Amino acid sequence: MLTKLTGGKVYDPAHKVSGEIRDIYVRDGKIVPPEPNARADQTYDVKGKIVMAGAIDPHTHIGGGKVTIARMMLTEDHYGTEVPRTELTRSGSGDAVPSTLLAGYRYAEMGYTAGFEPAMLPANARQAHMELADTPMLDKGAFAMLGSDDFFLRQLAAKQEFERIKDYVAWTMHAAQAIAVKVVNPGGISDFKFNQRKLDLDEEHIYYHITPRDIIVTLARALQELGVVHPLHVHGCNLGVPGNVETTLATIRAAEGLPLHLTHIQFHSYGTEGDRHFSSGAPRIHELLNKNPNISIDVGQVMFGQTCTASGDSMRQFAISKNASPKKSVIMDIECDAGCGVVPMRYRDKSYVNALQWCIGLETFLLMEDPWRIFLTTDHPNGAPFYTYPHLIRLLMDKGFRDDMLQKINPDAAAMSIVGSLTREYSLDEIAIMTRAGPARSLGLKNIGHLGTGACADITVYRDNANRETMFATPELVFKNGELVVRDGKVIKVVNGATHVARPAYDKSIETSLKHYFEDYHTMRMGNFAVSDDEIENNGKGALIVEPGRARAS
Amino acid sequence: MAITEARKSGSERGSTARYEDVACPFCGLLCDDLKIERKGDQLKVLNTDCVRAVSGFERNLPASSPMVRGKKVGLDEAVEAAAALVRKSKLPLYGGLTTDVEGMRAVMQLADRTGGVVDHVLSEVQYRNLKVLQTNGWITSTLTEVRNRADLIIMVGGDVQKFNPRFYERVVSPPDSMFDLKPVRRTVVFLGKAPDLSLLKGPRVGEIVVLDCDLPRLPELLSALRARLRGAKVHELDIPGITLADVEALAERCKAAKYGVFAWAPPGLDVPHADIIVQQVAEITKDLTAITRFAGLPLGGNEGVVTGAAVCTWLSGSPPRVSFASGQPDYDPYLYSISRMLASGEGDLLIWLASFTPDLLPPKTKLPIILLGTPAVKPAQTPEVFIPVGTPGVDHRGLLVRCDSVVSLPLKDLGRAELPVAADVLASIESAL
Repeated sequence: MLTKLTGGKVYDPAHKVSGEIRDIYVRDGKIVPPEPNARADQTYDVKGKIVMAGAIDPHTHIGGGKVTIARMMLTEDHYGTEVPRTELTRSGSGDAVPSTLLAGYRYAEMGYTAGFEPAMLPANARQAHMELADTPMLDKGAFAMLGSDDFFLRQLAAKQEFERIKDYVAWTMHAAQAIAVKVVNPGGISDFKFNQRKLDLDEEHIYYHITPRDIIVTLARALQELGVVHPLHVHGCNLGVPGNVETTLATIRAAEGLPLHLTHIQFHSYGTEGDRHFSSGAPRIHELLNKNPNISIDVGQVMFGQTCTASGDSMRQFAISKNASPKKSVIMDIECDAGCGVVPMRYRDKSYVNALQWCIGLETFLLMEDPWRIFLTTDHPNGAPFYTYPHLIRLLMDKGFRDDMLQKINPDAAAMSIVGSLTREYSLDEIAIMTRAGPARSLGLKNIGHLGTGACADITVYRDNANRETMFATPELVFKNGELVVRDGKVIKVVNGATHVARPAYDKSIETSLKHYFEDYHTMRMGNFAVSDDEIENNGKGALIVEPGRARAS
Repeated sequence: MAITEARKSGSERGSTARYEDVACPFCGLLCDDLKIERKGDQLKVLNTDCVRAVSGFERNLPASSPMVRGKKVGLDEAVEAAAALVRKSKLPLYGGLTTDVEGMRAVMQLADRTGGVVDHVLSEVQYRNLKVLQTNGWITSTLTEVRNRADLIIMVGGDVQKFNPRFYERVVSPPDSMFDLKPVRRTVVFLGKAPDLSLLKGPRVGEIVVLDCDLPRLPELLSALRARLRGAKVHELDIPGITLADVEALAERCKAAKYGVFAWAPPGLDVPHADIIVQQVAEITKDLTAITRFAGLPLGGNEGVVTGAAVCTWLSGSPPRVSFASGQPDYDPYLYSISRMLASGEGDLLIWLASFTPDLLPPKTKLPIILLGTPAVKPAQTPEVFIPVGTPGVDHRGLLVRCDSVVSLPLKDLGRAELPVAADVLASIESAL
């Protein structure tokens, strides 16, 4: 079957197409070269409309134990937010931590066709995939968390051969069905279990006597040598601590040219200047980022209102649990593997700290010269729920609107920030890079995030509108694998997306030591720890896409 | 997944086979180190004498058939009869729900479609925990973490070995620990009732302390402990068998612990307002974490109650006691208790799912019942429709979430009996609507 989208203004930065009028041809779910003489089975006239690939959220906490703990704990988020079932869609509830079905529908209705869960504990991988399987409309994938798990820390402390560490990292990616690896408060989640409350980049873990720097560099090098496309995804030390800008700068330098992705960098860009000893470190970070092309970032923009923070960083989440709003939180130590912390949070525009966090996020966006190295995220739901993206896009594209909003926030915070002086307005091309082409390239997603021949026909069509919030909130058409699934911002067909994984090669002999490790210390067997392909495929309800990686180097 | 797999290995049913690393679905620990042998339709557990595992796996299944009003019928006819009842129902109640992830997914889909109420048979017990989670939150740990790390384990309430028979063997007393704990032996304290202490052996078990009191006195005991830990004076304690000096000594043990754990099984706290006990434990844990590390360890979790809560939560936004009657998920942990609803004459159809042990029967009711149960189930009243279903992890594959809400385990098909999978039956009922 041939489908044609005619006359749209196409933004496809992966192919350097920027606002050209082009027809797009789709056959059997894939984008194909123009077939001007073929008779299309379906034609959509999208003249004057903006056409992009489906958007990709590279960092959104939508599946896994901590999200379900948050849903279960935060009853407040599920009263008054119920959405009834329709003939097509099932019911659900929740804003900050919506039920899985709602999350899928809402993303699609905003023109998103893929989302990646960034903090999958290997011990909780099975549940994360179950929840992602119940998140319709989206392609998905997840990043395995390493760096506070005792197997790795023991390897590192015992100075095991680097090849064995690489084998373990690769084994974990297979066992957890991951596409990338994330480190969260490197070593700190483990250190917290030993009653430590802070672990800076060059501080030694109290038991293993290794530093976060060792952990980051080892994992980053391991991934590079394993040929994993996405660099180590780093949630650094000292999240949320005033003065952590120094840690972030030191982390960038510590990479020594190795690729790193620094996630929700807004939460790691805090200085200690001013009367309140809380200031923006974004300009200093950007000076260094602009000189270090090996580093990419996503923002973790804070937006005002009620949300819920959910993180693997049990150490830092425990520290902020006193600020919980409403006053409750869950902190967990998990399986000699990782941890988690769920702390509800209300960001207020009249609060100096929250308003400055908002400014720091915007500074981060506006100062970054290279849009290919920055991704648009609120670290859903940590900075704000994902449905605030259209508002955020307007803030980035519309200086006048941004200045109006700046008037409404805590004036001391506005005065402490350079946001008011930044005149940059993001272009549609740059938005398409940040929300499509950039994340796809960074994660190694071969067939999504672009509109080239062979790509999955995940396509979003927007009505051009000077109010970019309106434009991005309700796309006119969204196609998933060539099927029209959303019209005028409403789901018209429910589909299930695929799960993207990466499978670097490893020496199977690592399983001998892992088998003993599980039998000696765990409450689960190695064979049962690993998530099998048929659990994901579940008799055709799900599908796996193994993304190509580079060859392993040693 | 389940039905194809069941059919695939169905041809091999009746033969002899041996399975290793089998996960046991009969308690919330989901121990997965079992070796099981199958001869014909008989299973034998080879490497543990855990009463739950042995009685669960080795139970004799009586011959069974789908039935409509007590008369044997074919599966299709039973499904059609069930669909007719569901179609007619204005407020179907989906109860029991002792099933795995796929079963629960199917229940949620059908309940959403039919405007039903979803409640697990053990919800009341599980709310001893959930109320605390939803009001104050807590700090908790998981089985492997406690096994390796805890130097002080405080058991709250009684009967953990009854609900989770291998807890002491698998978590408290295994010989190996990843960390060089000092002292190497851990202290185990019992608040309430102590078990048969011969369960506690092995090189890791050190001092055992029993503060024996009636369970309804636990909130007082815990309040006194909390007060002492906060430095408040406690002048009097009127709990038979327990002195202020006992409380003082326990407070000192807590403060000296490097990684202390309070463990409890919610069904073992069978006293009115038991959530107060859990709440005290949660708050003491938070207080102690200001100076050292402490965590709670929720046990129990039998009959898929943790799985049911997780799946219901991720699909609807809230744990069981959700009504879809208005077309959207209304959550109310009081209103949507199915036993309360039955007692006050609400609802017009009970759909009861019991796929693990045959003991959790539908409550007495005048409403028509559709029962999806393991063949050994013997309800007090004849259901309108009975459809025998397999047990996940015995008759077909499945997935369950463990008592600590983090780890989930794959359940194997041990090829015992060829029985329909509950998820498939529910899906067939839905398609027939």
